[in-house]
Amino acid sequence: MSLLSKKSKTVLTDPLMNNNPITFQVLGICSALAVTVKVDTAVIMTVALVFVLTMSNTIISLLRKLIPARVRIIIMLSIIASLVILTDQVLKAYMYDMSKQLSVFVGLIITNCIVMGRAEAFAMQNKPGKAFWDGLGNGLGYGLILIAVSIFREILGSGTLYGFQIIPTALYESGYVNNGLMVLSPGAFIILGLIIWVQRTITNVEED
Amino acid sequence: MLEHYISLATKAIFVENILLAYFLGMCSFLAISKKVETSIGLGLAVTFVLTITSPVNWAIHHFLLQDGALAWAGLPEVDLSYLNFIVFIAVIAAMVQLVEMILDRFSPTLYYNLGIFLPLIAVNCAILGGALFLVERDYTFMESTVFGFGSGLGWFLAIASMSTIRHRLRYSNVPPKLRGLGITMLLTGLLSMAFMAFSGIDL
Repeated sequence: MSLLSKKSKTVLTDPLMNNNPITFQVLGICSALAVTVKVDTAVIMTVALVFVLTMSNTIISLLRKLIPARVRIIIMLSIIASLVILTDQVLKAYMYDMSKQLSVFVGLIITNCIVMGRAEAFAMQNKPGKAFWDGLGNGLGYGLILIAVSIFREILGSGTLYGFQIIPTALYESGYVNNGLMVLSPGAFIILGLIIWVQRTITNVEED
Repeated sequence: MLEHYISLATKAIFVENILLAYFLGMCSFLAISKKVETSIGLGLAVTFVLTITSPVNWAIHHFLLQDGALAWAGLPEVDLSYLNFIVFIAVIAAMVQLVEMILDRFSPTLYYNLGIFLPLIAVNCAILGGALFLVERDYTFMESTVFGFGSGLGWFLAIASMSTIRHRLRYSNVPPKLRGLGITMLLTGLLSMAFMAFSGIDL
């Protein structure tokens, strides 16, 4: 007897690779790139998004029979916005420096297409249990790409990983320089483009 | 004084382009930039809505939500700034609706051209991002209007150039797995690098 039924497991693991929200569904790129200069900001952003997405999916799914179809967008937005406010206040209270670094991007989770997209496409049609796993899966799928991008950007751009020195000092002494482009925005676009290429080669997806 | 506004606008359009430097509005950028006409339509709509919502959001933040903003109502110690997010998104959704209705009444041609894009804009990160930036950077009323207009124009410029590049791309031989999203990301990277060159300008 496994912890999860087979169906919930597919709902959870599918968004990690085959149906990844960023590289396959093309959702949520807005806020994804700005926080990937360092791994630690990417991790916090992932935790925040997983929380908001799982909670909003569950709540919206619980209320799905009560929400009138015509005003559903505004109801979803207010549920999501309340969750984001909660996250932001917790960050401000316990991790003030981190919340300064993430600046406006925590607030932008509201308009992150993943949250709205999953609410509209999944939570409105499915039972709360399934919606919970879907939210968790999609949040983690988003986090996977986010952390992958940030690992490359931090190693190549600052020579560190999660704040620890990775590139040996001897290499710097022999003339190695950090790639300044990786810290700037073009680096994020290019790394994400390459990751999408690799990921689509593995999952064998083609676009025309 | 005028000089200050011009440099602010130049900064918002080129140097700190809201899309290419802050990644805001990527979702609609990637989805819409396949066709030139629709990109221009959406770009105009974003500019329009951003120019209108920025000063409105500024006023709401300044007179209602900011720490001590309710002093005029006899409540100087009230700080409602935690309501920022939910109020801004409601204002944006309402403004978009209002703009839609006004356009429908007074300028049917413009409404016809922008019509289908207006509802999409309510969830465009660039609009909410613009509102959050002007709070974070403590802009004045005029500054936030100029900033809103500049950011909108910058977004327009980015999506318009991207759509023309993607139009030309149809005739090139891109590796099959890189087609679509992958190549668009790489090209956005190059475009962003090109815009980065503007940061050499001393403002």
